[in-house]
Amino acid sequence: MRTVLFIIQKEFIQVFRNRMMMPIIFVVPIIQLLILVHAATFEMKNIRFAVIDLDMSTTSRKMVGKFQGSPFFLLAHTSFSDKEAETEMKKGTVDMILHIPYGFEKKLVKENAAGVQVVINAINGASAGLINAYTMMIIMDFNREILVDWLSPVMLSSTKNIRISPSYWYNPKLNYKTYMVPGILVLLVTIIGLLLSGMNIVREKEIGTIEQINVTPIRKVQFIAGKLLPFWIIALFELAFGLTIGKLLFNIPIIGNLWLIFLSAGVYLFVILGFGLLVSTMTNTQQQSMLVSFFFMVIFILMSGLFTSIESMPVWAQNLDRVNPIAYFIRIMRMVMLKGSGFHDIRNSFFPLVAYAVIIISFAIRRYRKVS
Amino acid sequence: MEDPSIKVSNISHSYGNVKALDDISFGVSRGELFGFIGPDGAGKTTLFHILATLLLPEKGTASVEGLDVVKDFKKIRKILGYMPGRFSLYMDLSVEENLWFYATIFGTTVEENYDQIREIYSQIEPFRKRRAGKLSGGMKQKLALCCALIHKPAILFLDEPTTGVDAVSRMEFWEMLRRLKESNITILVSTPYMDEASLCDRVALIQDGKIMKISTPAEVVSEYPNELWSVESKDIYRLLQDLQVYPGVKSVHAFGHAAHLACEKEALPANLLREYLACKGHEEIGISRIQPNIEDCFMELMINK
Repeated sequence: MRTVLFIIQKEFIQVFRNRMMMPIIFVVPIIQLLILVHAATFEMKNIRFAVIDLDMSTTSRKMVGKFQGSPFFLLAHTSFSDKEAETEMKKGTVDMILHIPYGFEKKLVKENAAGVQVVINAINGASAGLINAYTMMIIMDFNREILVDWLSPVMLSSTKNIRISPSYWYNPKLNYKTYMVPGILVLLVTIIGLLLSGMNIVREKEIGTIEQINVTPIRKVQFIAGKLLPFWIIALFELAFGLTIGKLLFNIPIIGNLWLIFLSAGVYLFVILGFGLLVSTMTNTQQQSMLVSFFFMVIFILMSGLFTSIESMPVWAQNLDRVNPIAYFIRIMRMVMLKGSGFHDIRNSFFPLVAYAVIIISFAIRRYRKVS
Repeated sequence: MEDPSIKVSNISHSYGNVKALDDISFGVSRGELFGFIGPDGAGKTTLFHILATLLLPEKGTASVEGLDVVKDFKKIRKILGYMPGRFSLYMDLSVEENLWFYATIFGTTVEENYDQIREIYSQIEPFRKRRAGKLSGGMKQKLALCCALIHKPAILFLDEPTTGVDAVSRMEFWEMLRRLKESNITILVSTPYMDEASLCDRVALIQDGKIMKISTPAEVVSEYPNELWSVESKDIYRLLQDLQVYPGVKSVHAFGHAAHLACEKEALPANLLREYLACKGHEEIGISRIQPNIEDCFMELMINK
């Protein structure tokens, strides 16, 4: 045990002597939170759209006005020609075309129903879906308004009408920052843990110090523990630092138990550090280790449910996600931070992480060899 | 040999198709300063790795202080001081931090074994706060030696400790080794520099994974089979070419300003050679009979293997 403490002490001396370390520990989390939380949002504002109003009636203008009044849309082009609007779409100056056909109002009055055409630029599928949803919302809203205008109160009360009033639990204002911060914190802890730990042992291989270490009576468990614990501590510190920034700058709700967050993070970090260690036992240079780590990190992050929800992935991908530690931890973080889940609620994500940690660390220790 | 400190029997090891060590056997007695001399790629480092328990030999057995390098590797690591060929201390730790670290992982302290290293450490002590990476080559070697000695090892392995170190530091380093020997440590040292061979108690000449000769430096010299002449002239390059084709000459090597010429005993009358060289247009010809040094002997052994 004393030996482990000495190695930890040595690692800390080296870490704090490294001039890049302080910026990495303190500046990276701030920048990541500031940039990613603001930039990585699905909220769309100012969708530029074109109107082809062939009807030119009160109703059609009211409808266009409804779009203009919405914070989501910005009228960028008006014309009477489909071709012109399409050219605008091709140029990329508009993302949606609202086409109101001739006789729209008349048809609406006479037949109680009329159609409009909506053309959406779907180069980006996700944003096209959102534009569609926003458009539908505005048109439905408009629909209800003209019902109120045109029908007599008696008739209105007699129309059977289901009104949907959504209430967004755990994130009442559908604030994207609330949704993103826990995920970004996970990213932060992952990057620090995976890269620093993986690179560290490979670095000793690269500069040759491992040869000197290997002939000492130091046991490999001691060596590995001494190598992993400093980064475990640094990464947990990063999490605390990131949570503080999230609370102060973004006022992120932390409803659940902080200890539960750190307990889960502690276990999760063993998985990540073990993974870094495993990579470092299989590689010989920092470059190799970095490339291998990045390969897995990018896949894990993109499949983690940070940007896209796991439930909407194909079944095979969801099954694949069972081996994705980041997915488990993001789920835990969101549940505990936003929903206030207790240990009982997260156990289905927590115990897989424990099992993962045990498996990957014992495998890495087995792979690490002092003798070739 | 009674009570050998190191015993190697029939060790072979290969990397793929390359035979790094080919059926090597030798013994080193306690307190001996034993040198491995051989060119780069001769298999010196592989042998050191096997003895330092870093590499499992393919064939053969080896023991250090009576402990088997495969079975008792844990015990060996406690009594072994090893200095790898590459400087492998922490460049970003200071001199005293490196020393502290190696002392602690051997479960001891710098104070406890300070006697062992005092003589060497006192030379680098003024720089104890300096990072190891900022030391000069000679000081790095001294620090590495201190770190290898801090746990009072019974055996010291030094893999090419003087490679890349200036001539003065090299001599200093060997002086330190001679003094260390007095505390009855067995020292195994490898070097590509043949002039260092004469500083060892015994030397082994190793080439292409085979040991070609083991004996004391004096024996190596006395067993030299040829007559050796030192020949000088103004144009050394042409001299070498002309001597090569002279009848009865076995080998010619450039040695500083002179050519060392080896021939069968009594085969070369000096006056005839002088005439021959004069005919070839050489000026300032100097010919003298010399005693072979250890380098001449190794050259001879390598040619006639």
